[in-house]
Amino acid sequence: MITRWMVRRLDDRLGFSPVARSGLNKVFPDHWTFMMGEIALYSFTYLVLSGVFLTLFFDASTTRTTYEGGYAPLAGSEVSAAYASSVQLSMDVRFGLVARQSHHWAALLFTGAIVVHLCRIFFTGAFRRPRGVNWVVGVTLLVLAIANGFAGYSLADDLLSGTGLRVANAVLLSIPVVGAWAEFLAFGGEFPAEAMIPRLYVVHILVVPALIVTLITAHMVILVRQKHSHFPGPGRTDTNVVGSRLWPGYAVRSLGLLFAVVALCLLLGGLVQINPIWLWGPFEPGSATAPSQPDWYVGWLDGALRLWPAWEPIVFGHRLPALFVPAIVLPGLTFLGLYLYPLLERLMTGDRAPHQVLQRPRERPGRVAFGVAALTFYGLLLTAFSIDVVSKFTGIPVYLLIYTFRVAVPALPVVTGLVAFVLARALRDSGADGFLALTWADVRGALRRRKPVPEAPSATEEPREAAPEEPDEEREPEQAEPEPVRVPAGPVP
Amino acid sequence: MKRRSAEAWVSACFLGAAAAAVGFVVAYVVDAGPQVLGGLLGTACAALAVGLVLWAAQLLPSGTYVEERRPMQPPEATQTAFVETLHRGSSGTPRLLRRTLLLAGLALGAAVVVPLRSLLLPTSAPPARALRQTPWRRGVRLMTREGDLVRADDVPQGTDLTVFPEGMPRADDATAIVVRVDPRELQQPAEGTVAGILAFSKLCTHAGCPVGLYEQTTRQLFCPCHQSVFDVLSGAEAVAGPAARALPRLPLAVDGDGYLVADGDFDGQVGPTFWRPE
Repeated sequence: MITRWMVRRLDDRLGFSPVARSGLNKVFPDHWTFMMGEIALYSFTYLVLSGVFLTLFFDASTTRTTYEGGYAPLAGSEVSAAYASSVQLSMDVRFGLVARQSHHWAALLFTGAIVVHLCRIFFTGAFRRPRGVNWVVGVTLLVLAIANGFAGYSLADDLLSGTGLRVANAVLLSIPVVGAWAEFLAFGGEFPAEAMIPRLYVVHILVVPALIVTLITAHMVILVRQKHSHFPGPGRTDTNVVGSRLWPGYAVRSLGLLFAVVALCLLLGGLVQINPIWLWGPFEPGSATAPSQPDWYVGWLDGALRLWPAWEPIVFGHRLPALFVPAIVLPGLTFLGLYLYPLLERLMTGDRAPHQVLQRPRERPGRVAFGVAALTFYGLLLTAFSIDVVSKFTGIPVYLLIYTFRVAVPALPVVTGLVAFVLARALRDSGADGFLALTWADVRGALRRRKPVPEAPSATEEPREAAPEEPDEEREPEQAEPEPVRVPAGPVP
Repeated sequence: MKRRSAEAWVSACFLGAAAAAVGFVVAYVVDAGPQVLGGLLGTACAALAVGLVLWAAQLLPSGTYVEERRPMQPPEATQTAFVETLHRGSSGTPRLLRRTLLLAGLALGAAVVVPLRSLLLPTSAPPARALRQTPWRRGVRLMTREGDLVRADDVPQGTDLTVFPEGMPRADDATAIVVRVDPRELQQPAEGTVAGILAFSKLCTHAGCPVGLYEQTTRQLFCPCHQSVFDVLSGAEAVAGPAARALPRLPLAVDGDGYLVADGDFDGQVGPTFWRPE
């Protein structure tokens, strides 16, 4: 009753009901892999909420001050205002520690969900035309998420984050020709410059979040405009979308996911300690934590720094810093490769047609091989970032581990890529449901020859049992978009 | 699941969420600690999430609706009409006007880049100078983190001592590490050492982390960040790990009052390598 009255008053003035109605009828494909992007979106939502809470207590300043909070071991020591306020909001502000820890966990979840989402897009060919635009927006979001994560955990001015900033300082310095100026302009002077924390703060809470919000908006607008892609199946074609309607089924389910993400962040934030800055202590010149590991999303770069050999060649009469290749060239090529991948694949396959039906990964063994090799490569680098911790717990000498990784990082991706290629081809050629259904004969066959891609699953499969039916609304003549129609269609493969 | 029992389950979840939320308020009031606060609020959200998902899965219509998709690409004529509208009036723009506008754009672009120079704080020296110099000068006394001056006898065999120039405990680029070894074991000239006491820059030449760990038996300095190793007896040469340069050495002397002093600045560039003439 109230709804009807409200809608009428507003709609009389704004005239939104036709658009809003077709919006409520928007169809979302039902497949669990489509949730990854939503998890990223919802963890970002939680990051903003918890982040606003934290800004109310955090003092982004390197001014020296005496800590007078409730954490006894620090009482009376001279620390920076940033560190003092971080400890204070953790120890003395009620709910402050939960907010800070859940904010940190949400950042790990945010970057993680983006990466898994990226893998889904990659392996199913969802980046193909017309979605190249949204691929570029998405990769930029990944870069921004990583940058903001690093800026965020560097703010507390504790000894661990200070060590991370030292390395960031060295990375900027390593850029040929302009490195010294880049570093001095970014930080305001020689490390540790007093402008470092305030500047990171502006970047962390204003500049990058604004960019992220803008790009998420663009990502969603493009998504709505282009409509979702969907997995192959009976009745699924390049001219339709099959799935659940936004209202009410999908919206309620997605709201459930939002609360699940928030619940996960809060439970982790309350129960699992992360980044206990009072144990690391304040940043001090000439001190570092041992061991010191960054958060996982920059860990692959730290791993590369550990593995890259001690090599500083003289180029044009200048010394080329050892960090340049692993810390500047490697991420540069990584993201350049990500940005260009849709274009490269289009050039390789000559497939320029728009696609709305996704591929199963096995349909492109070459892509699977490339993706698995890349994941192996970055996975090994990510493992190498805790090489000293692994050595401590296993007793294997750290240099043995380094030499092993130096061989494994280039070699293992080739192996895993080849294995993935053969398995994907065996799956494609045999039509087996999964790895467990493969026989030796299938694998041997895949090693020998190439077979044509089998047809998409046939329509003979059992139609999915109809869920409780609700009466279909009458179709109105002035409707902008046709109402989605319910059809019996096969299950998602 | 039957409709009735599904309804019961969903309402049970919502009740659970409400109970946990009330519990959170109580816990907040009595200041029950982060575990209880996070646990209860998380549980409330989790119960709500389960309830909503159950509701959507069991009670709301889902699946297999078909929405038709129209091709993104509009008809050729529409595109042409749009481009023509966009070009409206541009065919008559004089070339001079276009060129000067381009010039103005470039000049303005360059003009807004220049103030980036202001990002370098007024208190800081230009990079080339700041990176090459540290506060160490001939005769500057060594001071520990606690503010004590250092005599040769204060440096114990086998342990390391972090020192700063006197009165400058926050001068990061001046951080030095002092170790004492048996002078007969030194594999390099003893100039700049005092009775087997050597001082090196504490900043790793790889990524600038403080080389915090001194292994007494092997006389090696170990960097906790990326596992570079420097051999003290050979003049802190980099012997393993990713660092390529030796730690710069701080020449030492003893002043008239018996305190250890620097005999000049470090003999090389401190900290991570940057692009500089070799």
